[in-house]
Amino acid sequence: MNETNAAVQNLYSDAYDWTNQCVKCGYCLPACPTYESMGVESASPRGRINLVKMAAEGKIDFQKDLSEPIDLCLGCRACETACPVGVPYGHILEAAKEAIENSAPTNQKTKMTKIKKLALVHLFPYPKRMNRIGSAVFLYQKTGLSKLIRTSNVLHKVSPALGHLEQALPAIESSSKRIRTGTIIPAKGETKLRVAFFAGCIMDSMMSRINRLTIELLTLVGCEVILPENQNCCGALHSHQGETIQAQALAKRNILAFMEADADVIVNNAGGCGASLLEYGHLLADDHEWAGTAREFSKKSKDISQILYQLGPLPYTEEWQGIVSYQDSCHLRNVQKVQKEPRLLLQSIPGISYVEMEGFDRCCASGGIYNLLHFDESMKILDEKMKNLKETKATTVVTVNPGCQMQMSIGIQREGATNQMKSMHLVEILAKACGLD
Amino acid sequence: MEKEALHDLSQVIPGDRMFLDLAERYCYSYDASFGEFLPEVVIQPKNAEEISEVVKLANIHKIPVYPRGSGTSLSGGPLPVKGGMVLDMTLLRDKLIIDRENMLAIVSPGVITANIHKKAEEAGLFYPPDPSSSNVATIGGNLLENSSGPKGLKYGTTKEYVIGLEVVTPTGEIIRTGGKTVKNVTGYDLTRLIVGSEGTLGIVTEAIIRLIPKPQAKQTFVAHFNHLIDSGHAITSILSSGILPSALELMDNACIRAVESYRPSGLPLQAEAILIIEIDGHPLAIEEEIIKCADLCRAKGASYVKIAETEEERQTIWSARKLVSPAITQMGPTKISEDATVPRSQIPAMMERLNRIREKYGLNLVVFGHAGDGNLHPNIITDKRNITEMKKVELAVSEIFEAAIELGGTLSGEHGIGTLKSPYMEMELGITGVNMMKKIKEAWDPNNILNPGKIFPDKGQTRVVLVT
Repeated sequence: MNETNAAVQNLYSDAYDWTNQCVKCGYCLPACPTYESMGVESASPRGRINLVKMAAEGKIDFQKDLSEPIDLCLGCRACETACPVGVPYGHILEAAKEAIENSAPTNQKTKMTKIKKLALVHLFPYPKRMNRIGSAVFLYQKTGLSKLIRTSNVLHKVSPALGHLEQALPAIESSSKRIRTGTIIPAKGETKLRVAFFAGCIMDSMMSRINRLTIELLTLVGCEVILPENQNCCGALHSHQGETIQAQALAKRNILAFMEADADVIVNNAGGCGASLLEYGHLLADDHEWAGTAREFSKKSKDISQILYQLGPLPYTEEWQGIVSYQDSCHLRNVQKVQKEPRLLLQSIPGISYVEMEGFDRCCASGGIYNLLHFDESMKILDEKMKNLKETKATTVVTVNPGCQMQMSIGIQREGATNQMKSMHLVEILAKACGLD
Repeated sequence: MEKEALHDLSQVIPGDRMFLDLAERYCYSYDASFGEFLPEVVIQPKNAEEISEVVKLANIHKIPVYPRGSGTSLSGGPLPVKGGMVLDMTLLRDKLIIDRENMLAIVSPGVITANIHKKAEEAGLFYPPDPSSSNVATIGGNLLENSSGPKGLKYGTTKEYVIGLEVVTPTGEIIRTGGKTVKNVTGYDLTRLIVGSEGTLGIVTEAIIRLIPKPQAKQTFVAHFNHLIDSGHAITSILSSGILPSALELMDNACIRAVESYRPSGLPLQAEAILIIEIDGHPLAIEEEIIKCADLCRAKGASYVKIAETEEERQTIWSARKLVSPAITQMGPTKISEDATVPRSQIPAMMERLNRIREKYGLNLVVFGHAGDGNLHPNIITDKRNITEMKKVELAVSEIFEAAIELGGTLSGEHGIGTLKSPYMEMELGITGVNMMKKIKEAWDPNNILNPGKIFPDKGQTRVVLVT
């Protein structure tokens, strides 16, 4: 059997039954940001599901016909929330990505863009490398090199996507402030819960300040916080790019690290990672040795907002001035189904004016590394989002995922509104209101 | 399709709105029915002039033209059964004007129906037709299929609201029918002829629709019946009491069981039927009417009656009805959704006939629908890969149509004839009746360009064929 036939077979056995659940009612169409921005059925969930079905039936070619429509999907999974019959779109998407990846002739496999390959294979899985990058960026920002680069606009000339991203990077903390893995941080006051903290790869290296504040908030509400050693990247980006085997390997390493910690709850502060942790049960469902533990792991996984809300109220010490709006992380909203906790937490901050924006449930088009791979499409969707955000007159937009947070920063830059508005992680604003820094 | 035809089309439509690649063509090969036909080209026109040019070219080159909205049709309305071109009308959505003084809306065909609901409500007005797909479906598709939904009982169907159209004819001319006046008896009523013509007589490029004042309030109750026949009597006694509910929905025992096993919500498994009744109007009037309706249900043998006291309770009642579709699709991947409609008085008899059909063929057949206007939705849940069962489904579907007609009803209440029901047209209309319709079609569309293969059966086609 040649490679293509094998890919068809695999897709048929992995995803065909799921695609058959779709009754083509189209209820997903209004929920899909790429259908809205591109206006063709192949950019809709119904269209993509049907194309996967056609590919599994061998009617269309993986590379020629299927790969582009699938590649252009943000993976926000808002369609799953809209679907009246519960088609598991996320699973179909990942099966399709894997099939497309595996059906590429060997000589074309390098087609995987350079950024993607560098990041997925050589960077995200290695905490040390990520930390080194974090430190490098710290140096880059501190030495004034970043100012030089920004004023010269050189990155924008190389790639607008990279240029935007560089400007959206948060100020990085010195590595001396980073809390090391292997540490146990006691609760302040009575210990109510033992939580193991999932530090993530990008969060840990680029946004270690948010991680540090997360841990401080947790201890403030009565959590003993464990940072299990040997934890690593959640594997979400790998799953989303069809690198299932690598995602599975990363998942196993995390499961080992966290099950050893024996905590009541596994907490994370990034919507995308959280969704990935929640789906370890599914990712390893066919692996008899791991399936049970993976399910147990997934059951324990919670978003930071759930724990802070459950153990709250937080001991606020400062009043917040100005209007705040909240941009849902798709994976927190649509996969983890956490919608109310971040909002209730924000509304509980003294003095805050909370305003909901139109289309809050719409993806910001960060989509993992979608904004790097499909810059123009991503910016079209982001610009629509910014229109809605401006309507709220908010001075702060709050997110719960590093990708969304940076994307919103890019949006603010594009609007030329850096003096009037900023994008913050939920943890940052809560910590500020609690007098932490 | 000939190279020359494609070349001519490309002179009218730019490349980024004309698709020839296999992936995009497959994306326009289906709707929400279960047929699948691959078009040769997909075109996204932007205005009436482009459509006119395209249709003229189609007449020259004899290419079938299939207009399509959001593809939510349950009868195969937009399916390109003879190949040719699909006209995706969703880009024509620039106009949605609410004319408050004249109580009208002027709309482009690609506008989503729910947006009309929203804009009308903001102006204190109301556009009643509300198919369950209204969040997705375009008004153009709704017009051509004459859609309705649960409010049809009190407010009628789409055709009651359309008073004027701009249409590209099957030969490519642009005409206007009707206008902005509610009264209009000038000449033949082409507006009504085009509305519900399933895209065989014209492509709507603009519509003027009537709006009415928004009802001030609504109230809802649910009633459980241990005997189906009692629910039928309750329906007729409510309708003859002088009260006209805005919705009167029915779920049979198979639906109740499906919903309960899909998402347990305390529905009565022993009940043979549930009725959901909603009344709208002046708050004082409906206060009295709702109690009277509930009493009528009790008098006819309802085992349980609950009037919603809060919006939350109202939503809970409706959620049972809304869960029917997702619940029944758990029983199998292929859903054949029918809309045979009978006079209201015949609802109990129709339910009895459907019961017998279910037992005779041993199929997953559930019934729900808009009982108040006799518009029932028998749904058969199966798997089209199961050829033996599909053959039984064919026979069962035929019998459902026959039952509806024998009881004085019609093949379709709101989904349209499309591809599935065309063989039965003669059964309802007689040979001469169908021929009259065919003559109209031939006069309007001499080259049979526009949506061929719909409404009228192919030669020798006498009953539904689901598998070949």
